[in-house]
Amino acid sequence: MPYTANHPPRAESNDELRARIPGWGADLDPKDRPSVPRERFDPSATGAHWDFPERQEEKWPRERSIEHKFLTPVFGTSSPPHGLSGVLRKFAYAKYSEGRAAHWLILLGADRVDAIESHLRSFATTRPDNPITETGVLSEFSRGGISSRFGKKRVDLNHQWIDPILIAGPWIAAVGAVVLGVRAIAKR
Amino acid sequence: MRAMVYRGPYKVRVEEKVMPPIEHPNDAIVRVTLAAICGSDLHLYHGMMPDTRVGMTFGHEFIGVVEQVGSSVQNLKVGDRVMVPFNVYCGSCYFCVRGLYSNCHNVNPNATAVGGIYGYSHTCGGYDGGQSEYVRVPFADVGPSIIPDWLEDEDALMCTDALATGYFGAQLGDISEGDTVVVFGAGPVGLFAAKSSWLMGAGRVIVIDHLEYRLEKARTFAHAETYNFAEYDDIVVEMKKATDYLGADVVIDAVGAEADGNFTQHVTAAKFKLQGGSPIALNWAIDSVRKGGTVSVMGAYGPMFSAVKFGDAMNKGLTLRMNQAPAKRQWPRLFEHIQNGYLKPNDIVTHRIPLEHIAEGYHMFSAKLDDCIKPVIVPGA
Ligand SMILES: NC(=O)c1ccc[n+]([C@@H]2O[C@H](COP(=O)([O-])OP(=O)(O)OC[C@H]3O[C@@H](n4cnc5c(N)ncnc54)[C@H](O)[C@@H]3O)[C@@H](O)[C@H]2O)c1
Ligand SMILES: [Zn+2]
Ligand SMILES: [Zn+2]
Repeated sequence: MPYTANHPPRAESNDELRARIPGWGADLDPKDRPSVPRERFDPSATGAHWDFPERQEEKWPRERSIEHKFLTPVFGTSSPPHGLSGVLRKFAYAKYSEGRAAHWLILLGADRVDAIESHLRSFATTRPDNPITETGVLSEFSRGGISSRFGKKRVDLNHQWIDPILIAGPWIAAVGAVVLGVRAIAKR
Repeated sequence: MRAMVYRGPYKVRVEEKVMPPIEHPNDAIVRVTLAAICGSDLHLYHGMMPDTRVGMTFGHEFIGVVEQVGSSVQNLKVGDRVMVPFNVYCGSCYFCVRGLYSNCHNVNPNATAVGGIYGYSHTCGGYDGGQSEYVRVPFADVGPSIIPDWLEDEDALMCTDALATGYFGAQLGDISEGDTVVVFGAGPVGLFAAKSSWLMGAGRVIVIDHLEYRLEKARTFAHAETYNFAEYDDIVVEMKKATDYLGADVVIDAVGAEADGNFTQHVTAAKFKLQGGSPIALNWAIDSVRKGGTVSVMGAYGPMFSAVKFGDAMNKGLTLRMNQAPAKRQWPRLFEHIQNGYLKPNDIVTHRIPLEHIAEGYHMFSAKLDDCIKPVIVPGA
């Protein structure tokens, strides 16, 4: 079709679609769509029976975005900051708004520090981290690691090989560093 | 209680944790009967979301039974079977009273750019999630609903996120009668978005992925035409050919931050975290939609910048619409569609995994093994 005023012709009419697809057109009228318009002022719709919620008790200084006026009345209490990662996190929140790349980069860095700190700490517990069980990598055998990947047209195989390196690399490097360190000391 | 716990990128385990206490008069404690792993959880699992802390319990899709209620709770009582939307929200702030439940201002001290989400990093409020035996549910009078008797558990579970999100995504596309809708991504969100597009009167629905088993589901479950982008040199040109070189009227991005199809974009974003998310599918969406068309973004991206082709979006006069879905707002209408037999949400559930084996569940879903589409987690199994 040359470039004219028409929408490209439809392969199936409304009736054909209605016959083939259960519910075709049930929400054709935008009035039947619950999020149209997306904003609809209706305070009675939510079930809230307060103008402003009561405040949850703050059991430790809760880090918060400096783009907030105050600590929100309700917040999550998972995993309080601790260690070096905690220091980094508190700094990222106290110093940089969400608009600053530094805020997010420090938080991402703190996540990596947290993982290392936690692995190290786990070795002093009765349940040290176990990279085999925690990565679930044994499902490669029970869930068809080979048959799910090969002979398919999947494009994600071009980077999946990086994962074991990202996961195991730091462990191997750490072991290597220890070995080198011990050797250096032994040579003295 | 037993709970999934994050131990660092690609590592999770099940631990003994203390029961969550009531922390606020409108809290409830819910005993989880079913939970699910979502594509969003993979972004956490892969270490892409800033401030994801070791020790956090993930899980924002769950249903259960009310175990305990705070002093101000009026609408729920102990023993009620409830479905809980993935959003934590207060119901009374500027945003909640306008229906923007996913953008609540009173529940996330860590960020103003996103609302509260269960088990979804501190950037989304620092709440422990439902891949666990018990979970704290704030604003019990606002978020949870009692599961109607006729609704099956797994169907209710799908309403807490994936189905509500796909349905919301189709609505943001502003689909008119006869429109051609292209959906990138044949995961749970994309499948439900494709299915919902028909409800809104689409004339043609095309789903794109590279996983053949998911495209098969898109054909059977969502009645869609499918394209495996791995078979084409340039999927955008293919979409132009398919639409007589105009482009699609509406395109939905149901892929998000870990999009594949371009090694550099994927690796800089997903492996080395140099971008907030890999914008491959979003850029394909921008290029595949017609001028003046609408792109609805359901795929999630991190708070950092991504290399999005904004100039094309501008020059083409596109409407870009997006949000985390306000899940509960979709429920009354979704219930009608389910009762009428138009939707059977748990058709996409492929695996049911005991909580104790969740580490294998994460690996399988992440590496897309065993034709996995939606894994459901069963505590106490
Ligand atoms: N907006 C919301 O409220 C909301 C809610 C739930 C999930 N999400 C987001 O939606 C996205 C999808 O979630 P899901 O549970 O369906 O995840 P999923 O990982 O199961 O599905 C993603 C699919 O996209 C495919 N894909 C990868 N690159 C692609 C590309 N370039 N083009 C087309 N397909 C491609 C993958 O093969 C996979 O099948 C995630 O980013 C998730 O975070 C958003
Ligand atoms: Zn989700
Ligand atoms: Zn609110």
